[in-house]
Amino acid sequence: MLEIALKGSKRYYGWIAFLLVLIGIGSMAWLDQLINGLKITGMGRDVSWGFYISQFTYLVGLAASGVMIVLPNYFHGYKPNKHMVIFGEFMAIAACIMCLLFIVVDIGQPTRMLNVILHATPNSILFWDMIVLNGYLGLNLLVGWVCLQADRARLPHPKWLKPFIYTSIIWAFSIHTVTAFLYQGLPGRHYWLTAILAARFLASAFCSGPAILLLVMMITEKFTTFKMPKKAVSTLVKIIMYAMCVNMFFFSLEVFTAFYSNMPGHMHPLVYLFAGYHGHTELVGLMWTFIGLAAVSITLLVTPKFRNNFKLLPWTLGILVIATWIDKGLGLLIGGFNPTPFHTITPYWPTAKELLVSMMVYAIGALVVTILFKIATEVKEELGQAQAMPCGCSTEDECDCTPECGCTDQCTCKEA
Amino acid sequence: MKNNRRSFIKLAGIAAAGLGIAPRAMAAAMGGSAPIKDDPKGITAKQWAMVIDTTKLNTAKDIEKLAKVCHTVHNVPSIEGKQEVKWLWPDIYEHSFTEQENPHLPDAVTRRQYALLCNHCENPPCVRVCPTKATYKRPDGIVDMDYHRCIGCRYCMAGCPYGSRSFNWGEPRDHLDLDALNKEYPTRMRGVVEKCNFCVERLAVGKLPACVEASNGAIHFGDLNDPNSEIRAVLRERFTIRRKPSAGTEPSVYYII
Ligand code: SF4
Ligand code: SF4
Repeated sequence: MLEIALKGSKRYYGWIAFLLVLIGIGSMAWLDQLINGLKITGMGRDVSWGFYISQFTYLVGLAASGVMIVLPNYFHGYKPNKHMVIFGEFMAIAACIMCLLFIVVDIGQPTRMLNVILHATPNSILFWDMIVLNGYLGLNLLVGWVCLQADRARLPHPKWLKPFIYTSIIWAFSIHTVTAFLYQGLPGRHYWLTAILAARFLASAFCSGPAILLLVMMITEKFTTFKMPKKAVSTLVKIIMYAMCVNMFFFSLEVFTAFYSNMPGHMHPLVYLFAGYHGHTELVGLMWTFIGLAAVSITLLVTPKFRNNFKLLPWTLGILVIATWIDKGLGLLIGGFNPTPFHTITPYWPTAKELLVSMMVYAIGALVVTILFKIATEVKEELGQAQAMPCGCSTEDECDCTPECGCTDQCTCKEA
Repeated sequence: MKNNRRSFIKLAGIAAAGLGIAPRAMAAAMGGSAPIKDDPKGITAKQWAMVIDTTKLNTAKDIEKLAKVCHTVHNVPSIEGKQEVKWLWPDIYEHSFTEQENPHLPDAVTRRQYALLCNHCENPPCVRVCPTKATYKRPDGIVDMDYHRCIGCRYCMAGCPYGSRSFNWGEPRDHLDLDALNKEYPTRMRGVVEKCNFCVERLAVGKLPACVEASNGAIHFGDLNDPNSEIRAVLRERFTIRRKPSAGTEPSVYYII
């Protein structure tokens, strides 16, 4: 099936070339890091993990989120999602690859990476994280590829695959739980030392992940004949809405626990993030932006008029992604290290080189997504599944509008 | 008997891991089939511990002098700024005993500087989180580093509640006087974590830790598990506190206030 990825339009090749250029530029910065060490980053003795690990944490959520499409399909027999499943799985593959790469670029001695396996240490959560991430990557590769191949041959999905599919659903929860445990079990890091962290991780994953997936799918629709069934989209948006509400609810639980109990250790990171501490206010603006954007996205999501407006939807999702990214991709990590064990504040900001290396990883992720989605959309096209119709609906929508009616979201398609 | 032998072998193995970096020990380990023999002069304990008398050792100047001794002995690079490497350093009460503050402490206590270093915790989270056993606890209670095993993930730095660990963000040898190296102890490569090791390499040949030796009696060092040891006597007589007791790590460094 890989051959599909080799044939494409000029625009397709242009995009791939563009990504390769980004990867090339980023890898220069990485080479610099390999030669000179992690001193090229903004990390230090007090904030010893930075942008790389926070991106890893955020992307684990994206990997886990594919399950929000897979699960309704397999556990509830919810079929409108069925043409989206493969994209959830392929997205998870790209996300896992990016996660692993972010770990590779973060460690000081990448050539010794295999020590994690050669000297397996089960009391370290990092060991388990490596297992679950690679396992999830493998499961999704297997399930995604075999299903798509069967589809293409117009055969039913093989029976032996079922156990793997069910395992992958449960596994998805595990990757984010284990990643949360990475932070959760550390004494002296009060912002992380909370039983609800894993739950927060899952909630934020299940809103931000599907939101990113939907955004990428919308872009995919622009360049291919693929069209998401409207019903599948609105189901996913409802999932995003609930997950975002739960996410913010969990966050408010943290705030309550910290401030009602008046425990200094629990309050200080929040005070630093939202009000500044010891005269350090680096993150205050960003954190309030997060609260503001979260409020806006929730308002837009819970109001049916806005939620069902397909024109507005990309904006809503974009706002949500930015909000969750500030929270989990930045605040969580920096708030964990600050205040430091000495009750001081050491601000952290990624350097340009750190950002270039991260760009490389993201570009690799985009490349993987592009290639996998290209294959998936072409197969769907061959099969005539979930294709765009002249009226703007998907073939799965069972729409009754005429090509000339030019209907948009107000179209009178009768929903299946 | 059997037990003794086993613990000897274990000790020897760990000594090999810990000291394997010393070229002589390395050659012995690879050259012959005989296990490395412990130096008969070496001193041992069930749980090494330190008691720092802050009534005697409490100025930044004095502590920095000890730090210099420690850093010279261990070839610790001197780097300015947030990417610094340090094994032993002075800090104020507020930073050192973050949970044991009150606004009306005696001036004497708040004016002092406190010598900070790795606590060689009995229950060390840095060991718990390390994915490669590069950080490990020896049978004598010392939490040691195998610089050759470390992958530089810095999980131990996130795990340590005392900020006791440093990472070699760049090439440490660029920040060392290469003509004045201590040949008895290795330099590090970039990309690995390091921290105070209670001078395991000196204990192995019967010497006390360098800072203890240089402290003019302001630092006591001995076996916490031996009721007759000098430090147990000190702990019985003087009031001491430890850093962050709530973390449950059981630090082996005590401070006489
Ligand atoms: S002080 Fe920190 S580095 Fe030292 S043993 Fe305890 S947890 Fe580990
Ligand atoms: S940085 Fe090295 S010592 Fe620290 S946890 Fe990772 S492998 Fe272990």
